[in-house]
Amino acid sequence: MKVVIMGCGRVGARLASLLEQDGHTVTIIDIDSYSFRRLSPDFKGTALVGNGIDEDILRSAGIEEAGAFVALTQGDNRNVMASQIAKHIFGVPRAICRIYDPLRRDMYEELGVETVSPTTIFAQMLREKLESQGE
Amino acid sequence: MYIIVVGGGRVGYYLAKALLDEGHEVLILEKNATFARTLSDELGSICVRGDGCEATTMASVGTNRADMLIAVTGDDEDNLVSCQLAKHMFGVPRTVARIRNPKNENIFKKLGIDVIVNTTNLILESIEEEVPTHTLTRLHDIRDKGLEIVEVKIPPDAPTIGRPLKELTLPEGSVLSLVIRKARRPIVPSGATILQAEDQVIAVTAHESEEALRAALSGQ
Repeated sequence: MKVVIMGCGRVGARLASLLEQDGHTVTIIDIDSYSFRRLSPDFKGTALVGNGIDEDILRSAGIEEAGAFVALTQGDNRNVMASQIAKHIFGVPRAICRIYDPLRRDMYEELGVETVSPTTIFAQMLREKLESQGE
Repeated sequence: MYIIVVGGGRVGYYLAKALLDEGHEVLILEKNATFARTLSDELGSICVRGDGCEATTMASVGTNRADMLIAVTGDDEDNLVSCQLAKHMFGVPRTVARIRNPKNENIFKKLGIDVIVNTTNLILESIEEEVPTHTLTRLHDIRDKGLEIVEVKIPPDAPTIGRPLKELTLPEGSVLSLVIRKARRPIVPSGATILQAEDQVIAVTAHESEEALRAALSGQ
């Protein structure tokens, strides 16, 4: 499967490597070419400089043939906008998007974008870790 | 009407002022504390400091009873999210978004925003109307590459009219990509394409060749 990732932070770069290990073709977009230093030296996919909420950049990233799109920039709004473009303009079968704000997450889930809120997940993990200690 | 304005920059400020004068109930949401304070000092206590993209903030200012939400921050994606939250979470009947990137107009339409105000195009259009004699308009800057997309309008008295493009000496690094002619479909130009008066030529050029390109196409 071809996967387009927007945002080459720690998560984006790592996800790119993991997907590649599983045999997927990865294109990763970031607004700053300096971010690509985080990619593994073995990365064989495409690294593209540009703004992922720009239709033309998404097109040159091959969004039209992509089976999945993942938005992982620091901005919730940028992520939801890009995911909606992927899903509703380009018809990408799966668009997954990181949203820190849990309330916004719930709404976009209803609007057809698959979402992950690290805030909710991480808080829950920490609670479980704390409460399981000393048992 | 109860109208919420998201973004208290210059656009938000003057918009709120105009809406107040018309007798509406207006509330401005502004993220920046300094801006929010200035707005409150000048317009009375109609400005709340807060993020217009956050559901809790929007709930606290009674977005569910708003008749309209107008998002005029400088970031297109923030305006989109504000409007979508207003619409889908709070049932606001009418949402208006300002966009700066003209390409976003169709996207916003498809994503359900009621009214889209394309400020960049509005400014460009009015400038063009006011300056009928100018031949070159900068349409887009390709950042960090030193390139730009420009439009050159062929003046009615240009000596290049009637000549095929291959006879013109274009500056190095300039590429003509489109010729738009009145009442015709846009043409992808070749060497044989013959220029006509009032043709709009869309070209990619290096910043420093802009003037040379204008001169080559208009012959002036």
